[in-house]
Amino acid sequence: MTVRVLAFARVREVLGVSESVLNVPSGARLCDLWATLCEQNPELGPLTSSTRTARNGHLADSTEILEQDDEIALLPPVGGG
Amino acid sequence: MFAIVREPIDVSAVEDAARIPGAGASVTFVGIVRATGEDGRSVAGLSYESYDAMALAEFEAIAREARERHGGIGLAIVHRRGELKVGEIAVVVSASAPHRAAAFAACSYTIDELKSRAAIWKKELYVDGTPGRWCSNAGEART
Repeated sequence: MTVRVLAFARVREVLGVSESVLNVPSGARLCDLWATLCEQNPELGPLTSSTRTARNGHLADSTEILEQDDEIALLPPVGGG
Repeated sequence: MFAIVREPIDVSAVEDAARIPGAGASVTFVGIVRATGEDGRSVAGLSYESYDAMALAEFEAIAREARERHGGIGLAIVHRRGELKVGEIAVVVSASAPHRAAAFAACSYTIDELKSRAAIWKKELYVDGTPGRWCSNAGEART
């Protein structure tokens, strides 16, 4: 199944894209998706503790199980204003 | 009015949007791109990006909280995104109320919460051309 991944700020720069569609195994959790991204992009590792994740527009727990067409946003510490 | 825009912000339009019938006070915060970075370096500008859907939902949530705390107020929030130069306006928060105390308090509450919660990011771009740096508001003094 596939999910859409949105990345912002430093995380976007490390991934090299602001938006991508990724294949994930059925039953995968949010933290599994992050772990896969970290394997592919070692510079993400140090950002793990500071990056929050939103699922379909709402902050999500890392143990939530992904569903087809979920929109997952990777959110570094905010800096608006 | 809750918006994230690419174009320069018209401050008086935001104030007008925040104005409630019966207002006796209007308080507006205007956030401006500062020439000095967090570490003292000279800044050429700031690059803002946002997750608009979440940021706008947060603007509305913060406005609901401000109304619960301060009663019948009017509130408008407009933030810019993209690359801004020193001196340009990055954010405008305007609050109106029957009396000034509520307008001051609602405006202050709103900008503080926006800075700590809204899905908006900024990168300092330096005059000397060294790589830019993403700035977090975490732990920032509310001054």
